[in-house]
Amino acid sequence: MKALKIFGLIVFSIGFFFFNATPFWADYRLTPSIIEKKITDPKKQDLFMRHAAPVMGHLFTSNHRFVAVLSDVFNKANKQQLELYQITQEDIEQILERSRNKFTTPEIDSVFRTSNEIAAFKNNAFRSFSNIPEGEAFESRAAFRARLQEVAEKVEKYGIINQAGFDRYAIKDLKYSLTKASSSGPVKSAPGMFLILTFGLCIAGAMLYITPKLEHQPGIRNNRIFFNPMKNTGWLGILTGTWLILFYILLYFFAEYMTNWVIMVDPVSQLINGHEAGKFFLYGFLYTLCILVMGVRFIIHYRHSKYQVLRTISVMFFQTAFAFLIPEILVRLNKPYYDFKNIWPLDYSFFFDYRLSEMIDHGTLGIFMIGWGLMLIIIGVPVMVYFFGKRWYCSWVCGCGGLAETLGDPYRQLSQKSLKAWRVERWMVHSVLLFAVVMTIGVLYTWFTTSSRFLFIDTYTLREIYGVYIGAAFAGVIGTGFYPLMGNRVWCRYGCPLAAYIGLVQRFKSRFRITTNGGQCISCGNCSTYCEMGIDVRWYAQRGQNVIRASCVGCGICSAVCPRGVLNLEVKDEKGRFGAPVLTGNNHVKI
Amino acid sequence: MKHVVIIGNGVAGITAARHIRKLSDHKITVISSETPHFFSRTALMYVYMGHLTFEHTKPYEDWFWEKNRIDLVFDHAQKIHSEKKEVTMASGKMIAYDNLILATGSRSNFPAWPGQELKGVQGLYSYQDLQTMESNTRGIKKAVIVGGGLIGVEMAEMLCSRNIEVTMLVREPAFWNNVLPIQEAKMISLHIASHGVQLKHEEELKEIFSERDGKVNGVRTKNDESIYCDFVGLAVGVHPNVELLKNTDIAINQGILVNEFLETTIPGIYAIGDCVERQHPLHGRKNIEQVWYTARMMGEVVAQTICDVRTRYEPGPWFNSAKFFDIEFQNYGNVGNSLQDEEADLYWEHPGGRKAVHLVWNKGTGQFDGINSFGIRLRHENFDRWLREKRSVDFVMDHLHEANFDPEFSERHEAEIRNLFYTAV
Repeated sequence: MKALKIFGLIVFSIGFFFFNATPFWADYRLTPSIIEKKITDPKKQDLFMRHAAPVMGHLFTSNHRFVAVLSDVFNKANKQQLELYQITQEDIEQILERSRNKFTTPEIDSVFRTSNEIAAFKNNAFRSFSNIPEGEAFESRAAFRARLQEVAEKVEKYGIINQAGFDRYAIKDLKYSLTKASSSGPVKSAPGMFLILTFGLCIAGAMLYITPKLEHQPGIRNNRIFFNPMKNTGWLGILTGTWLILFYILLYFFAEYMTNWVIMVDPVSQLINGHEAGKFFLYGFLYTLCILVMGVRFIIHYRHSKYQVLRTISVMFFQTAFAFLIPEILVRLNKPYYDFKNIWPLDYSFFFDYRLSEMIDHGTLGIFMIGWGLMLIIIGVPVMVYFFGKRWYCSWVCGCGGLAETLGDPYRQLSQKSLKAWRVERWMVHSVLLFAVVMTIGVLYTWFTTSSRFLFIDTYTLREIYGVYIGAAFAGVIGTGFYPLMGNRVWCRYGCPLAAYIGLVQRFKSRFRITTNGGQCISCGNCSTYCEMGIDVRWYAQRGQNVIRASCVGCGICSAVCPRGVLNLEVKDEKGRFGAPVLTGNNHVKI
Repeated sequence: MKHVVIIGNGVAGITAARHIRKLSDHKITVISSETPHFFSRTALMYVYMGHLTFEHTKPYEDWFWEKNRIDLVFDHAQKIHSEKKEVTMASGKMIAYDNLILATGSRSNFPAWPGQELKGVQGLYSYQDLQTMESNTRGIKKAVIVGGGLIGVEMAEMLCSRNIEVTMLVREPAFWNNVLPIQEAKMISLHIASHGVQLKHEEELKEIFSERDGKVNGVRTKNDESIYCDFVGLAVGVHPNVELLKNTDIAINQGILVNEFLETTIPGIYAIGDCVERQHPLHGRKNIEQVWYTARMMGEVVAQTICDVRTRYEPGPWFNSAKFFDIEFQNYGNVGNSLQDEEADLYWEHPGGRKAVHLVWNKGTGQFDGINSFGIRLRHENFDRWLREKRSVDFVMDHLHEANFDPEFSERHEAEIRNLFYTAV
């Protein structure tokens, strides 16, 4: 059995080695046909083509070098466009010359004649970025000049790159898609084989490592956890955390360096949704596999508890069907991508204009999706939490919770239990909820009024900040990257706005609680140690008080690891839920 | 405001300190030479097994004591001068008190076996014992445990977690049979054996031998079997720690003698926890009870008395719990290891050998006496109430399902047990 485990570890390591090596295993060659395919706007296509001419057809053996070349092309193209379309000092002087300190449109038209393409652009840009009222008179020429220069600056900053060049979003997308399309080499020519060499070996190795656990009798097996460098924030844990953090940074911010991973899953994507894979297909695929493989580990580990087995099967099912397969199949059917179990504000983009439009454009199904999403927020969450507690979502359905409970299970003992951590948690998680609400109100305000200015902020900036700092950095990079450093529920505990919302319902209006068993607690601390949410369960158990906490996700592990049968997850009449501590003990002593 | 000095920072002493603080503004000082802060003694095994770190065994964070104005003194109390109301410390310091609470705990029994002083031979009770065990068992292959009781099985489980081969000498025909009825004792013996522990029943230690360096090399048993090993765990019970009380005017027998108010023979001095020997009888309870929760309850009670509400120690119906490898054990009321003449019983065991229930009641009156439960969690509240209300065994059978405390979706056995009861009775 031990040999089997070691063999599994070796197989996994080989697969993991291949996985990390694949991004470096390709050559890159840019060709006109790739550019034509990826840049559809003919003017921009032409612009890019001109600046890419010196490197066209050139073979690059390093991904890094190729991306640097692309960056250079984009920079040059943008620089040229800026020079070409900028409203120059000369233009401003001309306007001043003709207008005698009074702003009128005909003067502008006479400077920027629409017959000329560049002038026409300038004319258009000037109109859209100028906020000088028609007929405004200026005291002096200098004042007028200053106002005109302001407009010119705005055009330079916001107009030219957007319309005639490549803005940062376009550059980010194109760097990724051009790199992916320009790639050639073993992975591109045999993605299936590499899929087996990486994912295949990793899965096989992991299963070989996991299944020998069956030789142990069912029961809690936490032996040597705190001696394990992987599970006590030792060198292996730190290394794993670093790898995960880097992976997420690549995924969210530098996907152009991981195109080979995406190429590997192209055949899978073709099979399921009929399209080439995107980086988020790769992520979803990897995510689902992690939940499935580590779910098997979890089930074996806790197979003596039916509660644990059932809820793990549940998260495995919801991830595979609802989060992964159904949305991809919807795409195949030309319907909007939709995860029916994802709920705003965790699904923070639910009310974004492009998603609302997409759903509305799809008629009945789209309207149903909007209705379903709203129903979950307004009725689904409170009703389900009232009857079952927060756990119905956080540890039975949710994808983030699913990953935390499976891939993250080996790290649950690393969560901070101090009172200070609890204080930080409450401030932080409720701030994120508030941020999500304000951001969404802003976004909806823009949707209904078409004005992007809400109060004093730009709603597009607001939602971008939320997306980058909360959606990507907090939920992804920190949320999962910190598993081996701060426990498996960092995101759920400190960051998830949906958990905060559900938690408020659980705290104030629910039948759920963890009850304690009379006077049996011996204060050993297993419950607190293995609480992934960092609840000091023992504090409640040793004084005989129901555990009612907004953060409790009802994973049930405190009850499972208790050596004295003290803790139980129960749903009962609300009456007495907040009752005084009951510690069965000496007569007449009230505590 | 008076100065309350507590000797011992285990659960008894600390509970007393916490409750005195809740009830009053008295100055509180807790003296201990074991560890600077309170920890859960019962969790020491989990530190050795790597389930927890020592830090996790502390029920309160280190800032708690200062915030609640409980002064901790990490020193050894050496002498009590009850006439001067002072305690002398090992460091030479003197601490004056108005009230003194003795919560000195227990010590492991060492019944004068030849060789028990050898290196590699030890009991398990204190934090220091844990550290000794850590160094005594580093890199070893084989261990012998003497004693088939709670500490014995704990030590066996600890050693198994380090892949050390364990042999257990059990005086009785089955594990803990001096407490458990033979049926469940046998079931637990089988379970322990299934984890690779070799149990030698009806076997006792004769001597421990060393072949060189004063280090243990093995044991010889009463039946003259020699078992080679690198470590011997002595787990034959504990006795009240009364070292400090010898040659004082505070009366002791096996433990520190107290009345129903936990008062010693000297006014203003109280004793609580493991070190106590009660002089007033309590139904179904022994005079010396070395259990976590009795220590806790005594701490609660003595706090009341010290804060001017003189309160009797009346712990209610007996209960207990333990875990033997994977089998959890709970007990409510009195189930002896052998049936008394006036008693009848029912034993149900699951075919898997990991679950069992044993009920005992009075044959004549039908009154329910107690229950042992293995692998099935029971609600303390219900049994405490039923025992206090002197319910009949029929009532308990009819309401058994209400007392189930197992996690949701667990397999339920009440119907089976009830059927067995009605067929048997």
